[in-house]
Amino acid sequence: MAGHPTNAAKEAERVIFTKEMKQTHTILVPTMLPVHFKLLIKIFETYGYKVELLENKGKPVRDKGLKYVHNDTCYPAQLVIGQMIDALESGKYDRNKVALLITQTGGGCRASNYIHLLRKAMKKAGYGDIPVISFNVAGLEKNPGFQVSLPMIMQLLHAVLYGDLFMLIGNQCRPYELHPGDTDKLIDTWVQKLCRQLSHGRHTKKMVQENYRAILNDFAAIPRSKEKKVRVGIVGEIFVKFSPLGNNDLEQFLLSEGAEPVMPGLMDFLLMKLYDKVVEFKMYRLHPAKAAGAKIIYDVMLKRQLEYIEAIKSHGVFDAPTPFERIKALRHGLISMGVKMGEGWLLPAEMLELVESGVKNIVCAQPFGCLPNHIVGKGMMKPIKEMHPDVNIVAIDYDMGATAINQENRIKLMLANARGRL
Amino acid sequence: MILENLKTGEGTSLGIDIGSTTAKIVVIENGSVIYERYERHFSQVRQKALEMIQEIRPLLEGKTFSAAISGSAGLGVAKAADVLFVQEVFAEGEIVKQAEPDTNVVVELGGEDAKVIFFKGGLDERMNGSCAGGTGAFIDQMATLLNVTTQELDELSLKSRQLYPIASRCGVFAKTDIQPLLNQGAAKADIAASIYQAVVNQTIAGLAQGRRIDGKVMFLGGPLYYCKGLRRRFVETLQLTEENAVFPAYALYAVAIGAAVYAAREQKMTDYETLVARLEASANQPRETTVSEPLFASKEEYEAFAARHAKATVRQVSADGYTGKAWLGIDCGSTTTKVVLINENNEIIYQYYCSSQGSPVEIVRDQLKEIYRMCGVSITLAGSAVTGYGEDLIRHAFHVDDGLVETMAHFTAARHFNPKVDFILDIGGQDIKCFRVHNDSIDSIMLNEACSSGCGSFIETFAKSMGYDVETFSKLGLFAKAPVDLGSRCTVFMNSSVKQAQKDGASIEDISAGLSMSIVKNAIYKVIRAPSADDLGQQIVVQGGTFLNDAVLRSFERVLGRDVIRPEIAGLMGAFGAALYARAQSERRGTPSQIITREALEHFTHKSTAAKCNGCENHCSLTINIFPGGERYISGNRCEKALGAQGRVEELPNLHEFKRARIEALQPGEAVRGTIGLPLALGMYEQIPLWHTFFTRLGYRVEISGFSNRELYSKGQYSIPSDTACYPAKIMHGHMETLIEKGVDAIFYPCLTYNVDEKISDNHYNCPVVAYYSELLRGNMESLQHVNFLSPYLNLNNTGELAKEMHRYLKKYLCDIPLSQVRAAAEAGMQAYHAWMEDICREGQRAIEWARENGKRILILAGRPYHIDPEISHGIDKLCTSLGFVTITEDSIAMQPDPVRVHVLNQWTYHARLYNAAQYAAEHDDTELVQLVSFGCGIDAITTDEVREILESHNKLYTQIKIDEITNLGAVRIRLRSLLGALEERGMQHGRTSDKRG
Repeated sequence: MAGHPTNAAKEAERVIFTKEMKQTHTILVPTMLPVHFKLLIKIFETYGYKVELLENKGKPVRDKGLKYVHNDTCYPAQLVIGQMIDALESGKYDRNKVALLITQTGGGCRASNYIHLLRKAMKKAGYGDIPVISFNVAGLEKNPGFQVSLPMIMQLLHAVLYGDLFMLIGNQCRPYELHPGDTDKLIDTWVQKLCRQLSHGRHTKKMVQENYRAILNDFAAIPRSKEKKVRVGIVGEIFVKFSPLGNNDLEQFLLSEGAEPVMPGLMDFLLMKLYDKVVEFKMYRLHPAKAAGAKIIYDVMLKRQLEYIEAIKSHGVFDAPTPFERIKALRHGLISMGVKMGEGWLLPAEMLELVESGVKNIVCAQPFGCLPNHIVGKGMMKPIKEMHPDVNIVAIDYDMGATAINQENRIKLMLANARGRL
Repeated sequence: MILENLKTGEGTSLGIDIGSTTAKIVVIENGSVIYERYERHFSQVRQKALEMIQEIRPLLEGKTFSAAISGSAGLGVAKAADVLFVQEVFAEGEIVKQAEPDTNVVVELGGEDAKVIFFKGGLDERMNGSCAGGTGAFIDQMATLLNVTTQELDELSLKSRQLYPIASRCGVFAKTDIQPLLNQGAAKADIAASIYQAVVNQTIAGLAQGRRIDGKVMFLGGPLYYCKGLRRRFVETLQLTEENAVFPAYALYAVAIGAAVYAAREQKMTDYETLVARLEASANQPRETTVSEPLFASKEEYEAFAARHAKATVRQVSADGYTGKAWLGIDCGSTTTKVVLINENNEIIYQYYCSSQGSPVEIVRDQLKEIYRMCGVSITLAGSAVTGYGEDLIRHAFHVDDGLVETMAHFTAARHFNPKVDFILDIGGQDIKCFRVHNDSIDSIMLNEACSSGCGSFIETFAKSMGYDVETFSKLGLFAKAPVDLGSRCTVFMNSSVKQAQKDGASIEDISAGLSMSIVKNAIYKVIRAPSADDLGQQIVVQGGTFLNDAVLRSFERVLGRDVIRPEIAGLMGAFGAALYARAQSERRGTPSQIITREALEHFTHKSTAAKCNGCENHCSLTINIFPGGERYISGNRCEKALGAQGRVEELPNLHEFKRARIEALQPGEAVRGTIGLPLALGMYEQIPLWHTFFTRLGYRVEISGFSNRELYSKGQYSIPSDTACYPAKIMHGHMETLIEKGVDAIFYPCLTYNVDEKISDNHYNCPVVAYYSELLRGNMESLQHVNFLSPYLNLNNTGELAKEMHRYLKKYLCDIPLSQVRAAAEAGMQAYHAWMEDICREGQRAIEWARENGKRILILAGRPYHIDPEISHGIDKLCTSLGFVTITEDSIAMQPDPVRVHVLNQWTYHARLYNAAQYAAEHDDTELVQLVSFGCGIDAITTDEVREILESHNKLYTQIKIDEITNLGAVRIRLRSLLGALEERGMQHGRTSDKRG
């Protein structure tokens, strides 16, 4: 029997993103949250990376996904990989000076394998020599040319919170704006402004506070109607929940149906993933050092989130989000914190958080056949309805074959009922 | 009048309901329905709506009235014509609340939608998910399959005596179950009733999801209005009394009436001229659906294409004047029967192709008569062979000389046609088969999994539903200007894509072309999964009846970007191959054909009856065919037991059987502290020695729920919240119910993020479903609320921590047991677990040695621990041994000193074993691997590609078998026999009688 190459050999086979590449290569990043990602990318640029956000979509992206990814794999993998390959094939980039970046969550869900599926697909498509960078917090794959320092992480955190803020108040303004387009124009202006600020280096706490206030003031000044609209919460698998590419422009659809979308922020997901290290230590005594480190960062993040929430509360015009600690407490009696795969316990906790803040209509979005969502999504709908009989939850599956009409019809049904209760 | 006293106030209101296949219109005046009409719209949604309104001009002209549109295909019309739209379930709920206020539940089946509305205990409205197959359309499709009208189907169902299990998830699955029943000669009446039962099961499992359908139930929609047999199945299954089962006269019109009532309330007024003008304008509006390039830019392009393919012919000559030998090939396929007779020059002297009208035996009998008549005295029938689904039945019925698996038949034909062929794709009535040819033998075989079949017969059914025959329908697509993009998933999805296209006003031509493209994409992306033409081969031959359709052929070449060869006899290739095979075999033997004689054929009779085998826990549904002289042929059996003593073959080592026997041998201990129930499902299948020992040591009597079966599954079916989860997970509900019935003090199923670290992978996770199913059970099973259900979060890799956590947990929820005792029990448990796993490895080793001593092939039937369950794997292990394989499991061979390296994150314990097992098979000539995959297993989307890669990099064949609630063993048998055939072929190619033994 021939000896098998070890994991070290496997590691060596991977195309590494070298220090030199940092100067020469453009890193392509798939879109998930358009506003957030614009800000995040700016920070990478400040630290010397050349980064480009991919915004290609539509049929070519779907076709490439179908062609290069196992059709039973989750829809987000098909879309993300399709988007990347479509970009490479567009001829827009010098193939010797381009790299790809993809997130890797590192849990028991198959999403941790996206990067490997991407590499396989690239090989099939003849791009096996292009480096693929894993962006992960689990310490899975490392690249000498791509390193995220602590100050950079802090900057990225600010960007996430800014993104969450625009998403939050944007959704509270857009359905009511008297001049269509006001909200999005203002978001654009602010994103540009922030990008300039972020590229000037250190972003102090004071600057953040001032920005929060100025942003809130600007949005509060948008002329809005006092009309009462149905509020619809969106929870689900992270990509399909956030990405318009993944959810057939769900927010836009809800708006066109005269509803107000309510989208819990990205920060909670990051906090949940980080806090999981602490949970694993508490439950199974695993990795004490990692847990201790995670707890320190967690506490800092928590503090920043509280400052952010406080800023919105004290401003007093918009509904503030719920602090993570409260969301954590809400899951008691429903699901254990041990459920960590995918969105884990956070998904049902977010549903409860929505209910607590008066959002009684919830769309739970997931890729067709999403494994964790059997448990944390569809599996939790019945107990949540028992706890809150007036809540209206609809599970929507997304994939290559599902048509918008089926999805929209189900959402319309929910809205018809909700309007009856307004 | 179908309904009156509605609270609509004075005045007129109009309600239109446009569903997936029909349009309904009602007019309400002063609270009474004064007009109603129901028509199929054949996808001409906007025109039909307009026509139906124009018909009632006298009723509406000169009045101001309110109007609303509803229905799944109505949205586009409403938008385009600026008419009020109301969601259909909402509309229906409104009307039921007015007309029948004490209704508890409404069940409505439409063309493609199924809905259940719960009124009591919190209004809850549910519609079928994207995976649940259509209902009305499904029944139509099944009727077509049985070659009866829907009305005849209904009449037949009322005469049924027995129900067969038919998959309830989607139409394609059901079809796969029905076809073998038909081929085996089961009574149509029984099949008809079973089809209805499948619809009922689907409604309950897919929509009720944990809520019971009881109290006063109202049944609405076309199928429930017209089909008495369906009504009966619902009433019996739900155990409804006569007064609680309501079948109203307005069942067809509930949505339309609801829309009218809604319109009256909203008071958005219009008049006849305005409405008609708006609808007329809407018919000309631009479309939104994604479209593709036309198949042919011009007539000339088509003619060049047709001329190129016309060159691929096989000589067909008349039998007149021919004297000599002839060989017969029969291809008894799933939906068609084909017969070919060849002469000594391998020219076709007779051919026949027809849809199986449900009874292949009769067709073949008539054909044989015809052939005997034609042969007269000058032509001698020198040999015969049969292939296809009906192979065994036909072979027994008419004493056909040889039988061969259909993949081999197609290969033989294609090779005759083009000796250099390196890739064959066959799209038939309901299967896609394709295989690569390498070194003159079949290299890898891919068949469509049950979820994506449909293929040819799908177009046929579709054509019929639109009022065309399949040929006309397909031709329409050739010159479509803007083919609709319909996706490439299973046909159920295509149905709703078509719905979407209809909504946007796509023409029949565009839909027809779109369907052809979808079928091709399905084959390439879903079955073959090839990124480019080069991955298929240089010399591609396409065949099967579906490729006779030029639109499909063109789409295929289009998608591949390469010309292919389609033999003129594309639809007859299986039969042609069988005839060639018959010739080769008969010439090799040198004996005359044994086929039924002309005389015996005159007196040929065939009767079939149904029976159930009680040989083992599988309880196979058998069909007993009786031929002249009392000769019997039994089908439907998985193993040889049903055939009685004379059919028994030697028992080969079977690790699946070994593992089951080990579990069965576990004895419940004394109930000193009480009884604990362990559900034998998911991860427990492997951890049973651990927890059995642990609790027995602590003084508990351990009750195990036992192996699964259908009844056990149905017991828990009501509480399954996610119908797309895998069957091994869904069956868990039944195990819990079984334990509850046994009256145990507590049930134990832990949550395990991590499995045991076997040091063969990067990480050792469980999949999310195995890890956290307890959380789902607790939230969704009402019956669990009265039971002490223990589901601690545990780490099995640290026995000390495990003991501490169990001590803490048991103290809180069950009993305060001293830590020392818990620790001892945990240690004993882990020891028992490891000893058990070692035993399996040892037994695997013994089986391998035995196989090598006795010159048998070894088959690793690889999957997960729970795949040894007789209900989950449907006894495939027994089928393997009956085909002569020594059958072992993946875990018995997984502990290799050097773990295999894979291209993906190797982070799941169960899956790491698969890779190592594949590596073992790759390195041993006498060992094959067949991978069992449960439908809906997301993780296997990753593992299957890897396992395939490991095997193929060593030039080995990869075979995957997808299993679900119902699995058609006929198809599994084809795969395994194709594997065997390919192995033998390879053995001969390489100058070996069989593979060399490692």
